[in-house]
Amino acid sequence: MMDVGRHPNINLYTYSEVIEVNGYIGNFNVKVRKKARFVDETVCNACGECEKVCPVAVADEFQQGFSSRKAIYMPFPQAVPSVYILNNDDCLGHNPIACGKCADVCEQECIDFDMKDEIIEINVGAVIVATGMDVYDPTEMDEYGYTKHENVITSMEFERLISAGGPTEGHLIRPTDREVPKKIAFIQCVGSRSHSTTGNPYCSNICCMNTIKDSLLIKDHHPETEISVFYIDIRAFGKGFEDLYIRSKNAGVQYIRGLPGEVFEDPKTKNLTLIVEDTVANTVKDYNFDMVVLSVGVIPRRDGGAIQKLLTLSRTEDGFFMESHPKLKPVDAPTGGVFFAGCAEFPKDVKDSVTQASAAVARAEVLLNSDMISIEAITSECFTDLCTSCGICINVCPFNAIRGSDAKTGTPAEVIEALCKGCGTCAAECNFDALSMKHFEDAQIITMIDAMLDENPMDKVTVFACNWCSYAGADLAGLSRLQYPTSQRIIRTMCSGRVDSAFVLHAFEKGAPIVLVSGCHFADCHYIDANRWTQKRVEKLWDKLERLGIRPERLQMEWISAAEGQKWARTMTEIDEMRKNVTKEEVEHTKKVLKEDREKAEAKRAKKQSKKIAPKTNSPGAEISVPA
Amino acid sequence: MSENDLRVGVFVCECGSNIAGSLDCEAVAEYAKTLPNVACSIVNKYTCAEPGQQEIKKYIKEHNLNRVVVASCSPLMHEPTFRNCVEEAGLNPYLLEMANIREHCSWAHLNDWDGATAKAKDIVKVSVARVRLLEEQIESKVPMTKEVLVIGGGVAGIQSALDLADAGYKVNLVEKEASIGGLMATLDKTYPTMDCSI
Repeated sequence: MMDVGRHPNINLYTYSEVIEVNGYIGNFNVKVRKKARFVDETVCNACGECEKVCPVAVADEFQQGFSSRKAIYMPFPQAVPSVYILNNDDCLGHNPIACGKCADVCEQECIDFDMKDEIIEINVGAVIVATGMDVYDPTEMDEYGYTKHENVITSMEFERLISAGGPTEGHLIRPTDREVPKKIAFIQCVGSRSHSTTGNPYCSNICCMNTIKDSLLIKDHHPETEISVFYIDIRAFGKGFEDLYIRSKNAGVQYIRGLPGEVFEDPKTKNLTLIVEDTVANTVKDYNFDMVVLSVGVIPRRDGGAIQKLLTLSRTEDGFFMESHPKLKPVDAPTGGVFFAGCAEFPKDVKDSVTQASAAVARAEVLLNSDMISIEAITSECFTDLCTSCGICINVCPFNAIRGSDAKTGTPAEVIEALCKGCGTCAAECNFDALSMKHFEDAQIITMIDAMLDENPMDKVTVFACNWCSYAGADLAGLSRLQYPTSQRIIRTMCSGRVDSAFVLHAFEKGAPIVLVSGCHFADCHYIDANRWTQKRVEKLWDKLERLGIRPERLQMEWISAAEGQKWARTMTEIDEMRKNVTKEEVEHTKKVLKEDREKAEAKRAKKQSKKIAPKTNSPGAEISVPA
Repeated sequence: MSENDLRVGVFVCECGSNIAGSLDCEAVAEYAKTLPNVACSIVNKYTCAEPGQQEIKKYIKEHNLNRVVVASCSPLMHEPTFRNCVEEAGLNPYLLEMANIREHCSWAHLNDWDGATAKAKDIVKVSVARVRLLEEQIESKVPMTKEVLVIGGGVAGIQSALDLADAGYKVNLVEKEASIGGLMATLDKTYPTMDCSI
């Protein structure tokens, strides 16, 4: 930690948040809000005089509320930077009548009650997301009595009670009577591996070893303490882990396979009783303890949504950030130039966090070592002669990558390639074919539909799947060997936002019995919110189909993530059943109706175009509105 | 380029038994020969392996191919591999199309030999149709800013920042709290070394 504070190549911004990220791989422009800490960190020498005179006492977050701190305080003794912070919410205020004592005693004169937040702008080529984790709050698991029984504590609270830097200076006592507990229970998997309404289904990875470590720490302090660990499985899979587990058992720690149904408290002694079914011994027994430690799991950061949005990241079903590939690109984010380190990606211990951090650095250095880097060739382009300057594209682009397109001046749209991320929503929404998506052009997709449906169309389900979520979800279904009917045929687009209404109608006109448009869940869209346009488009199509007497159910829309292989397989099976219910007559009717509708629209458009172009040749704005 | 000048090569991968165990790769390759503009179509045991890639390069030269379809696994897995491969043989990497007959076909239809084979043919047919219309794309080059943002000053952020800084890059470490250290700093001792966390 100290090395970070004094490294000449590191600018450390604490009490700060990233509030804006613009740009792209190699060239991110980042705005950081450095919140006012009301203490000038360049001057404060951590003498601590301010803290002595501060009259406020509030619960100390670092000590898990077991002791108090002042309104002006050092976060913890080894804090980096080693400077004080004044919490404005706790402070009585710099009013001589109210207080201001800290400023009076500060010889360095570094307390500034008028300090303002500062916005700092930085340009970077790569970003490492190491936003960490939160800890599961066991309040909702009422059966363990965390909120009712004072001697039931969490493993994080235990850390402070056993730490030499903690409120008891490392003397392990229980909260109610401050006596050394003689019998301690640990309950594992609190909030993890749960398939009920509380907690999370995944294994939090670190809690087994953390409890083994804690049991050894207790035995170091008080070898006579009786310790029981209630568990589902002990996962001691890492290097040196099994040794620690054996050491703990040899020290006399009891490992009992089974979790208690409930924790009861004796109102007089405040001791705790656990009723546990031991699934190895096949017995149900009461166990009595002086203190119970809940081995709480790891959860994704509760404020993770902000970073997700700023960097257009995705999250897996469990809420942790999704990597580019679970096996081959485990530290790369799907957004170019962004990498993961630590628990932001999944729960991991210190060693794995350090390992992943170095891996993320190595991946970042692959970019940083080059002077020039290639950027995505798949961007949209505007054919200005077709552009009517209607401005729809500007409205739908999630990245503000299109400018111009002003109907008043007749300026056509212009795509800023470096900002375009290639979702293709503009190309799908443009009514005049003025915008085209490179590598996913209309003709390139229409030809796929034609090839797919020119033989036995009744046997096939036409599926449009976005590259990042649904296509990857289909990959996962295969990887998991989930079986489903052979009718599905996939057309991949980068985003479901690219799926033009014309593609769907074309498929139906070619005889498709069923069409599915599939994309990311709303919070997961790789292009911020481009899939909102997909939804709007599909809703419009449903209206249109209904108006034309075509069953709207034949057009299906599903949000399937990269983690939802099972949902993919299930959806394919269900849709195949729907396909079987579509009759040949129905399809023939659809083909006829859609053909007529298309021809009518084409005729109308041709007429409109000819009318529009005619007066333009005489108008003074003609040259600007239709540039060469 | 006129339509007559298009020369598509189709490379059907067996992926050991991952694909060949569930569908008839030879039949898929034979079928591909009947598709428009297909100049050659062959089966490889492992197309992604060195011999498989050499074969693609050899065929591109020998048959004067200007479009390539690799019928194998997901493009999310090996598109970069095959793009590099065709580029090394002088083709623009965007003139490659992958037909996913593994994740979306052989693995999803393990016990339906005929159904999976028919579907694989269709997938290849669609890919050949698409590759015929693909155009060369040029990836533009942009300068790389040699500075990094690390968000979060816990153990992972600290390690990342130190490694990068030691390697000579300028690092901006942004931490929400008043001190770095993260959750790690609140721990007493850490396993497996049983030493202090800070």
